[in-house]
Amino acid sequence: MNLEEYKGVYVFAQQVDNKVSGIAFELIGEGKRLAEKLNEKVTAVLVGSDVKALADELAAYGADRVIVVDDPELKEYRTEPYAHALASVINEFKPEILLVGATAIGRDLGPRVSARVHTGLTADCTSLEIGDFPINPIPGKEQKHNQLLMTRPAFGGNTIATIACPEFRPQMATVRPGVMQKLEKNEGAKAEIIEFNPGFTPDNKYVEIVKVVKNLTDTVDIMDAKILVSGGRGVGSAENFKLLDDLAEAIGGTVSCSRAVVDAGWKSKDLQVGQTGKTVRPTVYFAIGISGAIQHLAGMEESDIIIAINKDETAPIFDVADYGIVGDLNKIVPMLTEQIKAEMAAKAN
Amino acid sequence: MKIVVCVKQVPDTKGGVKFNPDGTLDRAAMLTIMNPDDKAGLEAALRLKDQYGAEVTVVTMGLPKAEEVLREAMAMGADKGILVTDRVLGGADTWATSQTLAGAIRNLDYDLIITGRQAIDGDTAQVGPQISEHLGIPVISYAQKIEIEGDSVVVERQYDDRYHVLKAKMPCLVTALAELNEPRYMTPGGIFDAYNAEITVWGRADLKDVEDSNLGLKGSPTQIAKASDKVRKGQGEKVTLDPTESVAYIMNKLKEKHVI
Repeated sequence: MNLEEYKGVYVFAQQVDNKVSGIAFELIGEGKRLAEKLNEKVTAVLVGSDVKALADELAAYGADRVIVVDDPELKEYRTEPYAHALASVINEFKPEILLVGATAIGRDLGPRVSARVHTGLTADCTSLEIGDFPINPIPGKEQKHNQLLMTRPAFGGNTIATIACPEFRPQMATVRPGVMQKLEKNEGAKAEIIEFNPGFTPDNKYVEIVKVVKNLTDTVDIMDAKILVSGGRGVGSAENFKLLDDLAEAIGGTVSCSRAVVDAGWKSKDLQVGQTGKTVRPTVYFAIGISGAIQHLAGMEESDIIIAINKDETAPIFDVADYGIVGDLNKIVPMLTEQIKAEMAAKAN
Repeated sequence: MKIVVCVKQVPDTKGGVKFNPDGTLDRAAMLTIMNPDDKAGLEAALRLKDQYGAEVTVVTMGLPKAEEVLREAMAMGADKGILVTDRVLGGADTWATSQTLAGAIRNLDYDLIITGRQAIDGDTAQVGPQISEHLGIPVISYAQKIEIEGDSVVVERQYDDRYHVLKAKMPCLVTALAELNEPRYMTPGGIFDAYNAEITVWGRADLKDVEDSNLGLKGSPTQIAKASDKVRKGQGEKVTLDPTESVAYIMNKLKEKHVI
């Protein structure tokens, strides 16, 4: 492998039902930042069926170039044709860095592709930098410059590790959604469009889709919410989440929850915050009746303002809360909702 | 039907993580368990065995001590246990680990391979899909339901806002979520038999069609630049007030920060 041949920062621009996923814009934003340090361009790789029209949107969020792989085989996500598309793009265009979202799709696609092209893949990164490897010079070992240093939590969020991939290309990372910043949208920005089709020949690895069942929820994605009203086991029951629904409605927020709540069947999995759920960074995060297991903290501690209400003063959630209130949520939350309503009404007049 | 299940012995991170003075993980001080997603995968295999009849072989890669999870698997009902252990395999990242396990599995007959989605120590979810790539077979990750239909496996696969029902001709690799099922307990008879059962131990020489350059620390494309204990955000204010005062306190903060 001649490492010098590999140039530029590429991002996998995930789309579902011909709608670009938020993670794609975040990766373009982060990719652009890294590309500038390397004096390179950022290229979005758009894979799907009839998706070419989405390229302008990727350009508006900062993509310098868009490679479009468009084929009817790529209509609904399947591991094999998507892996073939992305691996073919790597072999043809030789990116130095390739970022993929750590979504359900990306965490399936990334490992398959990295194994196919023989390179390293660092999962679930929360921070990326360009730097030296080894970080400090080691006598007798070459220090390489301009390497991608990929930082990720491990051991259930108890440790963080920074990983490099010095001998193989592309340097591949999956990146947690909600962590990187997208750029301001610049309508009318244009990207160079390259259409590329490596050819798709179904074989035993092309799994058959028997059925697609969409969950019939029209709720806001908790990762896009500015204010989250999040409940834990302490809320007590599915019915009692009404208190949180009311607060969320009053303040213009969205309800989310901890894993315990999903396990108890009170709320659906798409509302779960944490290591095995979603990473969120809203402006305000209300943690109500959430004790704050380390796996939960890993998914929300980057929130701008954390307000915790819990009757147990030793709950670990208070270690990360900006404002912690030791008290009974059943008394505090309804009263808070009323006062916020009154405040909003007063403002409206 | 022949099913291979890959399991990993992991430190139990629920009880917190212990560190050596030099900042590295003190694995010896931590309890070990069978990785939860892998245990769900094993349970899924055992249910297929109950339903359709199958031979279930459990494979693990690790230190000699990892034999413990094989005996646990056999006490639950697995038929065979294979421990892949060798010094030259140590320090492997997901690429080298998947190469090792693929090298071991090439010696076996299989219709279905089941791995856990991810291990709680690394949380990468990469080894299962990478094994399937090395073996040239289809993968269905994140299974929430597994059924057999003739020579195919039918799996419900969860995505963010939907699930797919996917059908693949076997051989196929499926990765299992801990949410898939509630693993059974070991039976007293099973425990007795498992502790007398023979465990197959394989080393480097037993791996099939794998280059040395793809194994262990030296065969790992990713390298650790730095590892540290997580630095957490500092604690803010904590107040204990009566409910009315608590609400006033929150309202104040929300106004101060221009939230309302």
